[in-house]
Amino acid sequence: MATRARKAPAKSKAGANKGGLSAPKPAEFTKDEELTAYRDMLLIRRFEEKAGQLYGMGFIGGFCHLYIGQEAVVTGISMAMEDGDQTITTYRDHGHMLAMDMESRGVMAELTGRRGGYSKGKGGSMHMFSKEKNFYGGHGIVGANVSLGAGIAFANKYRDNGKVCCTYFGDGAANQGQVYESFNMASLWKLPVVFVIENNRYAMGTSVARSSAETDFSQRGVSFKIPGFQVDGMDVRAVKAAADLALGHARSGEGPVIVEMMTYRYRGHSMSDPAKYRTKDEVQKMRSERDPIEQVKARVIEQKWATEDELKAIDKEVRAIVADAAEFAQNDPEPDVSELYTDILLEA
Amino acid sequence: MAQMTMIEAIQSAHDVAMDRDERVVVFGEDVGYFGGVFRCTAGLQEKYGSHRCFDAPINESGIVGAAIGMAAYGLKPVVEIQFADYMYPAYDQIVSEAARIRHRSNGDFTCPLVIRMPTGGGIFGGQTHSQSPEALLTHVSGLKVVIPSNPRDAKGLLMAAIDDPDPVIVLEPKRLYNGPFDGHHDRPVVPWKKHALGDVDDGHFSIPLGEAAIYRPGSDLTVLTYGTMVYVAEAAANETGLDVEIMDLRTLLPLDMDAIETSVAKTGRCVIIHEATRTSGFGAELSAVVQETCFYALEAPVTRVCGWDTPYPHAQEWAYFPGPDRVAAAFRAVMEA
Repeated sequence: MATRARKAPAKSKAGANKGGLSAPKPAEFTKDEELTAYRDMLLIRRFEEKAGQLYGMGFIGGFCHLYIGQEAVVTGISMAMEDGDQTITTYRDHGHMLAMDMESRGVMAELTGRRGGYSKGKGGSMHMFSKEKNFYGGHGIVGANVSLGAGIAFANKYRDNGKVCCTYFGDGAANQGQVYESFNMASLWKLPVVFVIENNRYAMGTSVARSSAETDFSQRGVSFKIPGFQVDGMDVRAVKAAADLALGHARSGEGPVIVEMMTYRYRGHSMSDPAKYRTKDEVQKMRSERDPIEQVKARVIEQKWATEDELKAIDKEVRAIVADAAEFAQNDPEPDVSELYTDILLEA
Repeated sequence: MAQMTMIEAIQSAHDVAMDRDERVVVFGEDVGYFGGVFRCTAGLQEKYGSHRCFDAPINESGIVGAAIGMAAYGLKPVVEIQFADYMYPAYDQIVSEAARIRHRSNGDFTCPLVIRMPTGGGIFGGQTHSQSPEALLTHVSGLKVVIPSNPRDAKGLLMAAIDDPDPVIVLEPKRLYNGPFDGHHDRPVVPWKKHALGDVDDGHFSIPLGEAAIYRPGSDLTVLTYGTMVYVAEAAANETGLDVEIMDLRTLLPLDMDAIETSVAKTGRCVIIHEATRTSGFGAELSAVVQETCFYALEAPVTRVCGWDTPYPHAQEWAYFPGPDRVAAAFRAVMEA
């Protein structure tokens, strides 16, 4: 075999992220876009509030991780996705499913463990899927979904279908080793995947500062030549613009992008959370100053694109959807015991 | 003596061990500042400092790997895997490194490491927060595996595990943290604070690894079980009126063969109960050793009552869970055989 002269390694520019992407300006939303974002985020908010209530009433057992506060992330990204693009995420997954247009009834009934749930009640809050809506799950093991997202993206590239897989995980999962194995493969093979790190500041009860040596997660891909940037994840327009850029980059064959969404969860990690790791003031400040839904509402009112009454009508419509889902989820029967033995292997 | 929950007993074992031995360090996800999701390490960081009790990032493989390195260099790490279901990323480290380093180094390096894992179901945790993976650990030579069923044993076994020179996995049945759950999910559980087994010695004491306990003596049949199923067996014994001898194995690896042999030779009947799935579960090993050592004393086939061979379910949890009714049916079946 002929030996090839080795090229001198290219000098990297100090401080610059290889690939050179940076956060774009927030998107300019049309009236329709603002109102769509408002409605979609409100649906998630009201759904999660109802899930919290049903948990308190004993209809939902075990674990239930609410997405309240983070609605702009999945809403802005889904506005930038094309038909056929996939979503895979971890266990705080209810919002992602609603954003992927999955039925509120099926999601809520899964939470209550009923047969009309997306996994017939067998999966529960953290474990549900919809092939039809290209939702590859809710995964209960922190970080375990990231490699799967890379694999889905590989299949996209292999099939040359022009689709991108949005792979979500949190600041906590970002410290799992398999995330970096996935980064390496995704970049090496130039896979059409967008890694969305939802940095809500706390991995359960442990703050980012207490768990992470490099707290700028957007730069965690530097060693793998994956460009990344931080985004105001409380502003749906910023999320949308970031997603347009990242999805476009991945779709064009340039490989993965990391978008770190700076966001915040208002509720506890799950339903039994003593919340001693942060102050009430911190939560209140985010709610009153940065709330993603209130931001849209203020703009819509200011632009006179809708009146308070018209926005209330949207809320009413959303509440009706959620009430219907809750009603269904409380009254739908449990799966038959025999269901536990179905879908384990392909039945002969 | 103090009246403790299982959580407090585990916390106390950490506290005593850290106080006695500077080499003991405690870490894991949410373990330090937060005090553990189940509060088993509450107050330790305040008392001993964040250099001895601290938070780890969410990286189970890294947690166990780092702990093995610490142990090989003379520390005594006690780590928590937040749920036993999260151990799989660390499984390579547990099997290929922790369990093997003594053998591989001809005894030059050892691994005095304790890995605690809340295990088992009964909390509506679904498939990634309810599993009982003990058989994946008992299959590994070079490990010890214990599973306490009450506060006193939880402290005594954890102290013994910390004192032990080899890697010990401590499986903590999380449904027992606050009281002895007997499978009757619709009835209240007596809290440990009002239970005789909640009486726990202060200070240091240990329960030797490898010793089973007779939880309840009897002559009709022997139950081999551990963890939550001790109390399910007791409920079934009471409900059938049979004179059941319930053996709480406490240590699964190494097994207390003498205790098993003595009991089954006496009763001639054996029912094995565990929450984990049936096929290749730890019950299969127990069944094999019973027939190897007690074959001529047996009056009935050795019977297993286990979780089903399905993923741990979200809905219909109580159908999957081997509750008192299924256990009682097995008792009757071996008596009629």
